[in-house]
Parts: sequence; structure tokens; C-alpha cells
Amino acid sequence: MAKTEPELLSAGRQTAFLWPDPPEEDKYSVCVHCGFCLEVCPTYQEWKDENHSPRGRVFLIKEAAEGKLPLDESVIDPVFTCLDCRACETVCPSGVQVGALIEEARGQVHHAQPKTGMTGAIERFFLRGVFPHPKRLKALRGLMRFYQKSGLRTAARKTGALRVLPKHLREMEAVIPDIQPKAAIEALPERMPAQGQKKGTAALFTGCVMDVFFSDVNCATARVANRNGLEVLVPRDQICCGALQVHAGDREQARAMARHNIDVFERSGADYVIINAAGCGAALKEYPELFKDDPVYHDKAVAFSKRVRDISELLVEVGYEPPRGKVERTVTYHDACHLCHAQKIRSQPRELLRSIPGLRVIEMPDSERCCGSAGIYNLTHPEMAGALLERKMDDIPAEVDAVVMGNPGCMMQIRAGVHRRQADLDVLHTVELLDLAYQKEEKQR
Amino acid sequence: MNDAQLGRALTEILGERRVLYKPNQLHAYACDGYTARQALPRAVVFPETTEEVAAVVKLLHDNDIPFLPRGAGTGLSGGAIPLNGEVIISLVRMNKLLSVDFENLRAVVQPGLVNLTLTKRITGQGFYYAPDPSSQSVCTIGGNLAENAGGSHCLKYGVTTNHIVATKFVLPDGSVIDLGSPYGDAPGYDLLGLVVGSEGTLGIATEITVRILKKPEGVKTALAMFDRVADASDTVSGIIGAGIIPAAIEMMDQLAMQAVDKSNYHVGYPSDIEAVLLIEVDGLAAGVDEVMDRVVEICRRHHVRTVKVAQSEAERALWWSSRKMAFGATGRISPDYIVQDGVIPRTRLTEVLQRIAEISRESGLRIANVFHAGDGNLHPLICYDSRIPGETEKAIQVGSAVLKVCADVGGTITGEHGVGIEKLEEMRFMFSDDDLAAQLAVRAVFNPKDLCNRGKLIPQPSRCAEVRNARHIIEENWQIFGTFPEHARVLGPDEVGAQG
Ligand SMILES: Cc1cc2nc3c(=O)[nH]c(=O)nc-3n(C[C@H](O)[C@H](O)[C@H](O)COP(=O)(O)OP(=O)(O)OC[C@H]3O[C@@H](n4cnc5c(N)ncnc54)[C@H](O)[C@@H]3O)c2cc1C
Ligand code: SF4
Ligand code: SF4
Repeated sequence: MAKTEPELLSAGRQTAFLWPDPPEEDKYSVCVHCGFCLEVCPTYQEWKDENHSPRGRVFLIKEAAEGKLPLDESVIDPVFTCLDCRACETVCPSGVQVGALIEEARGQVHHAQPKTGMTGAIERFFLRGVFPHPKRLKALRGLMRFYQKSGLRTAARKTGALRVLPKHLREMEAVIPDIQPKAAIEALPERMPAQGQKKGTAALFTGCVMDVFFSDVNCATARVANRNGLEVLVPRDQICCGALQVHAGDREQARAMARHNIDVFERSGADYVIINAAGCGAALKEYPELFKDDPVYHDKAVAFSKRVRDISELLVEVGYEPPRGKVERTVTYHDACHLCHAQKIRSQPRELLRSIPGLRVIEMPDSERCCGSAGIYNLTHPEMAGALLERKMDDIPAEVDAVVMGNPGCMMQIRAGVHRRQADLDVLHTVELLDLAYQKEEKQR
Repeated sequence: MNDAQLGRALTEILGERRVLYKPNQLHAYACDGYTARQALPRAVVFPETTEEVAAVVKLLHDNDIPFLPRGAGTGLSGGAIPLNGEVIISLVRMNKLLSVDFENLRAVVQPGLVNLTLTKRITGQGFYYAPDPSSQSVCTIGGNLAENAGGSHCLKYGVTTNHIVATKFVLPDGSVIDLGSPYGDAPGYDLLGLVVGSEGTLGIATEITVRILKKPEGVKTALAMFDRVADASDTVSGIIGAGIIPAAIEMMDQLAMQAVDKSNYHVGYPSDIEAVLLIEVDGLAAGVDEVMDRVVEICRRHHVRTVKVAQSEAERALWWSSRKMAFGATGRISPDYIVQDGVIPRTRLTEVLQRIAEISRESGLRIANVFHAGDGNLHPLICYDSRIPGETEKAIQVGSAVLKVCADVGGTITGEHGVGIEKLEEMRFMFSDDDLAAQLAVRAVFNPKDLCNRGKLIPQPSRCAEVRNARHIIEENWQIFGTFPEHARVLGPDEVGAQG
């Protein structure tokens, strides 16, 4: 890809951000440099280098915006080493939107330096070539299922063919869940009438990775919502939310996908858009940010994002029936960053878990610290991601038999951790346990 | 030694990953919590042991290269800003809790250990570390030692110097000495007392022995809202006059309340009250309730509008976060702020706040007030916008005027944040030339080449006279112009260095 030519929007102004949609002055000037964000930042905790702290990143972005730093590795490394976990936003008393600034800065880098080499190729392949295209996604799914079922996986593992992969990819391969024959978007009916008294209509956002690897979680989500008085719709023409594209700095691609989804869900007429993947949920809720300069889609995005709910959030909001089936397990809960920091959803999943008879929930220390998954971060920054995963595994209380969370990325990452340690632990989504409790209740009847 | 040679020499001691020296890697270290002045360091290094610190210091000393220690960089007076292109010796990787002796109430820590982390580590056993600056969740114990940090609970428990008993200290030539004594009082000169609060100008603390305390049995916290500042300040005097020593009494004014209420730490203060007091009492469980009843009674006597005692730990924690996050939350109402740190006799509170309000009106800069009311330690937050030409200088000037008021009523120019570069000139409100010369002479004993944190804490005599004159003229005249003259500015880094 050739270097995109800068538009002349910076005429007369000194800045390293030459392309449209740069980090906004209103956002970085809010930082008062107090430093409260340092200690909660996972990358600062690891390296103790202020270049890799929220305060440092915001400062570097500001310097680049003011033309005091060029858009070189001094800005790019810190901006891309950020996990976009938003832990800093939770503590920041001044309300600096670090996540948005990082994403805007990545947008600039994306324009200035199209990525080359292996990472670039992989990123382009997935982010532009596969995820935005439902058909290709479906094909990929098929391919992976074929790989798992046909004996190819066994062969690959036995012959050692996987050894060509770096360690972190080998670990990921090992923990890919069994791919279901059908994605939820195909398996579920397009409309599932509410059970009991109807509380509203909810359109299920099935997601891309979620539906490839965790289509059963999508099905469980639909069942649980349905069981609690929600009519569930599954719009067939929806596509991936664009979160990974935003995180990688490909904001144009992300906007194209967002426009499509906004239209699809507007047409569905549903009261709510429900989602069970924290990263995607946050991205959907932040669509207005993506369209802040778009006269038409900004308003549409605002209306759309107002309807988006995480499944745990919606259940607590409209009221759910505590399950009567017993699930006798001891679990701990990991707060996915985009659930707790970006969406501020902390109590709802815990409340759901506590409502399950027989389930013991033990809090893990520092449960809100990032596990290192962060979209495709574990592929692009394996060393940092690996270190954070180790810490997360250390924090899991010894007496639990499962770790529960609300995000597929974390589920994959923590599965890799379990695999690495050969631990006897299940990695589950909150709604899976809830669904299980309702199913047991059915059987008792 | 040129930059490349220096980079290589430092790398030889610490390894590739613990040295930053390429110019564009250094920007994040251009300032600390005081942003009004900035300058790039020559390098940043991350030692992990006393020996490594000593080796780095020796190298720099032998080559006449200036350097300075840095903790979390939350200092509010610019102590960690490398105005002379210093090599920054960052101590944040030295963050181990080395040992704890619960029976004798001592802990030994590395300087980069975060203040609150120490308490978190020993809280399970029922102990804590008392000094609690609002920045305690990030600032380091080394930085606290250097600034003699205070905090909300210092009213009853004392400031940092009362809680540090010994330290291993790297002198500016690279030699390592032990100061103080873990138990009992060390004989000889009280060099530990000298070093605490020396703002990194006498050397670098690399191992610190602190006192730890048993957690009090009972704690009660009240939030009292007042229609008038005068009533709030009378309440503070009333409480202390009644012989009660609360663990803390903190005050915020309306503008400060507005700022935090806009943040994640929202309490919901009424918009028509002038002041809120946060009052905490602690001690034996049996007595605490009774003392709190008396506190509430005193509030009532001084026309409190409402007074509430926290009903849960969550409520108490929210009130405290709201107070502790108030500085940072100022970003919600202003792009930049300077927080001042003057101390006054408690009884002059109402009058001084009035004078601060006048200064605010005259200068056109808003000033929010958040402070340790029990100690008379004021923190006026001067709001300004550095993008408006001349406004940074005006804010600095306003800060100086506020400190003048504090000194005039018999207080001091810094309660806990230190002098740094921010209050250099204001040192003259308190000290004569002879006083300052004596202090400089002490520094010269420890730091003869003046390589360690040069230009901080004590104004250099030669520069003072001129600057004082210039300042004087500006001070006298800027109100006449209605705005601050644009050409007036603080000295740039090169000018400061040239005069050293
Ligand atoms: C929002 C906010 C609230 C604050 N509230 C308070 C408060 O309530 N009370 C209070 O007292 N302060 C407060 N401060 C100021 C600041 O947090 C304290 O001064 C703190 O002690 C600084 O610690 P630090 O680790 O950040 O040190 P730094 O800012 O990194 O350094 C401060 C000074 O100490 C020197 N230094 C650092 N480490 C060492 C060492 N190991 N040996 C020798 N010298 C060293 C540096 O050279 C510098 O001069 C606040 C700051 C902020 C931003
Ligand atoms: S906490 Fe917020 S205001 Fe403070 S330094 Fe970090 S980003 Fe800036
Ligand atoms: S988003 Fe996470 S990794 Fe990035 S700066 Fe904030 S706390 Fe650090």
C-alpha cells in the first residue's frame, strides 16, 4: 500500500497529525498531569516507563499534535503498546478519554504508515479481508471446523507442523473451542417470541469472532433473554461491529461497517440491541464517537447506541427471574476491561451469578486488571500480553473450578493461560452459567 | 562525554532496557505534576538496587553531569523537572517491600514503593502506614521522604518526618551512607531530619525504614455542609478548641465541589453552600461514637446546614475519594491549574479566604479551595489556560500573591508540597539572605559540585536580587494594565543554568 497523501487540513498549523480525524485538543488538554492514572495502567505496571503510561501517552499525543514531536516511534510505540483497556479512565478525576485519543492517534498512524511485514499482512487479511464480510467469515469458520474435525488438527499436532508457529500462536491454536456446525446467526430463528409477559424486543448482535468460536454463547444469550420476557430478533444481514478495526486505527473501514449495522438494526425496529461480547458492546456504544463529524450518521449513531445493552445489563434493567436450577460450582469472576472500564458494568454480572442457587462466587484480587487479550493485542504484542496473562493466572483463587467473564477475547486468552499451566479450570461466559441454571430448572419441572 | 558515550556508559551499568537516551524517548519526562515549566532530561535510567544507583551517580559525578532523582513524578512544585538537562534517576523500579517487623512496628522499603501499596500489603495483619497525601495511590515513599509529604491524617498523626526512622542514602558523589536508626534515636547530628524534606538536593534515598501503626479500632466520618465559609472555619476552631483532635478535618469550597462532582467521584453537593467539611475521628471503638456526637453538636452550634455521619464503608470511601481527587478533577473546570500550598494560623482562615477571593477577582482567574483545614494548610487551585498568551505567567503571579498573604499573616509558603522551582522566589518572604546562605552552605557539604537537583529549593543569591526587583515592579503594576504584561515571563531553563 502506498503512503496516503496528507490532506491539506493542517495548513498553517504545526502538527504531526496531518490526516482527517486527528486526536482532538479538547480531549488531550483536559489532562492535568496529576498522575493518578499511573498505577492502574497494566503496561506501566510492567515496565515502569512513563512513555508507556496513560499520562505519558496523552502527553506524547499532545506534543505530536502541537508539532513538538514527529509521528515516529516515540509516539507510535507507546500508542500501540496501549491495551486500550481504559483502566485509566476509571480513575482519572479529570475525565480524560484516553481510549478515544489512542484510537484517533492510531488512525493517524494508519494513514501515515500502512503496516508492512507479517503483522501488517495478517491485520489487513483479517481486518479488511475477512471480518467485514459475512460470507468469508462463514468460509473461515467452515475451514476451521474442517481442520478440527477432519483429523487435520490431530495430524498437525502430531507431525509437529505447528512448530513453525511462534509459541503464543501455538497456544492459541491449542485452545480454540470446538467449532459448532452452525453459527448462531444461522442456527437461531429470525424471531423468537417472548416467553411469559413481554418486556420488549431485543435484537441480538452476534458478532464475528464470537459467532465463529462461541456460537453456543450466542444461543445461550438468546435463550436467557427469551426466558425473561424479551422477544429476540436475529437480523441476518448484520456484520462485525468494527471494534478491531478501530483499535488498529482503520477508522474508515470501521465507519463503513458501523453504518451498515446502524441501518440494519434501525430497520429491525427492536427496543434494544443485546450483546454478550464486552469489546463489541463498548464499540457499539461508542459509534457516535466514530461519527462525531458526520452530519447524517452522528444522530443515527446516537439513537442506535442508546439502545445497546450488554446482556447482563439488560436483564438487571428489565428484571429477570432468578433461576431455580442448582449449579454446584465454585467460580471467580474476571472483569473484562470493556465491560467494567468502558461500559461501567460491574455489579450486574455478579448479581446474575449470585442469583444462581448452589453457585459460590469468590472474588479474585485486582479482577479489573487486563488479562492481556485486548483484541488482537496478544498477537501483536505477545511479550506484554504474556506477562499480563501470567499475573492474571496467579490471581485466580486456588479453590475455584471455573473463571467466568463476559468477553470472548478474554475467554480465549485465559483458556491459553489454563492450557499453559495445565490447570483444571473451565473458562465460561456469565450467560452460559445462567442458561445452565435455567435448563436445570426446566428438567426439575 | 557526548550523548552517545553517556548512553553507552549508562547501558554498561544497567543494560539496554533500563536506559532511555534517544532524544525522542525523553519527552514523557519533561515535567512532573507541576506543568508550568518543562525541559527535556538528557537520559532516564531505571536502577533496581542501591549499588546500581551508586554506580550511576558515581559515573555522573565523575563526569560533571547533573542528575536528579524521580519517584512517581506527582510533585506539585516541579522538584523532578530537569531544568538543566539532568539525567533522571527514576526509582520506580525499586519498589519492593524489603521486610516488615510487626512487633516493633517497622517496615523497610525501597524508595519506589507506592505509599498506598505499603498499607495494602500490611492491612491484612491490621497495620497501616499513616502519612496519606491525596496522591497516596501513586506517589512513592522516596518522593514522600524528599518532600516531607503531609496528608489528611497528619493533623493527628504528623507528617512524613515523624514516620521515617532510617534511610540508606546515596550521596551526590556515589558514596553510600546510613542515616538515622531503626530503633531509638541515633546519636550525633540529626542528618536524617535534614535529609527528610531536602527535595532531592542532598542525595538519593535508596532504602527507607518507616514506622507502621496498628489500625485504630474505630473510625467515624462526618460530612458537614455550611452556607457560609465563616461558619465552617469557626467549626474547625470550635472542634480543636474543645480539646478534640480529629484524625482529619478537610474543607472544600463551592468551586472545588463543582469540579469533583463532575468527575467519577460524584457526591452531589448542593450548589448553594459555600463550604463542606469532612471530619474524621478515630481511636478506641468505645470512645469514637461519643467524640463524633460532640463534633456533630459543635457543627450544629455553628449553623451547619446538614451534617451526616457515614453509614457504610462505601459512603465513607466515596467522601474521601471526592476530597482526594479534587486536584485532578480541576481538569473538569479548567484546562490547567497551579495548586498552591500555603499555611496560615487556623484562626485567620476566614480572613485569608476573603483575601484570596479578592486576588481572584482582580486577576480574573478563578481559584478553587481544597485544604487541610485542621492544620491551616491551604490549597488554592488557580485555574488558567496555558494556551492564552501570558496566562501561565499570570497564574504564577497570582500564586505568589496568595503565598505573600500566607506569609504576612504569620504562616509559611509551603505546608507539604515543597519549594521545588515553583516557590524559589517566595522563599524570600520568609528568609533573609543570611538564612538562605546558611542553607546553601549545608547543601554544599553534601552536594559540593551542585550536580544533584541543581537550582531547586533554595534561590541562588545572584539571581535573586534581579528577579526580585523585576518581580516587584511587575507585581506593583500588572493590575494597572488590567492584564499581565505579555513580555513578562519566568526565566527559561538555559538562563537558570547559566546563573548556577
Ligand atoms: C493530585 C495530587 C495530590 C497531592 N496531594 C498531596 C498531599 O495531600 N500532601 C502532600 O504532601 N503532597 C501531595 N501531593 C504532592 C506529591 O504527591 C508529593 O510531593 C509526593 O511526595 C511526591 O512523590 P513522588 O514519588 O511523586 O515524587 P516526585 O514528584 O517524583 O519527586 C518529588 C521530589 O522528590 C525527589 N525525590 C524523589 N524520590 C527521591 C528519593 N528516593 N530520594 C531523594 N529524593 C527523591 C525528586 O527529586 C523531587 O524533588 C499531591 C500531588 C498530586 C498530583
Ligand atoms: S489521571 Fe487523568 S488527568 Fe491525571 S494524569 Fe492521568 S490522564 Fe491526566
Ligand atoms: S488504556 Fe489501559 S494500557 Fe492504555 S494507557 Fe489506559 S490503562 Fe494503560
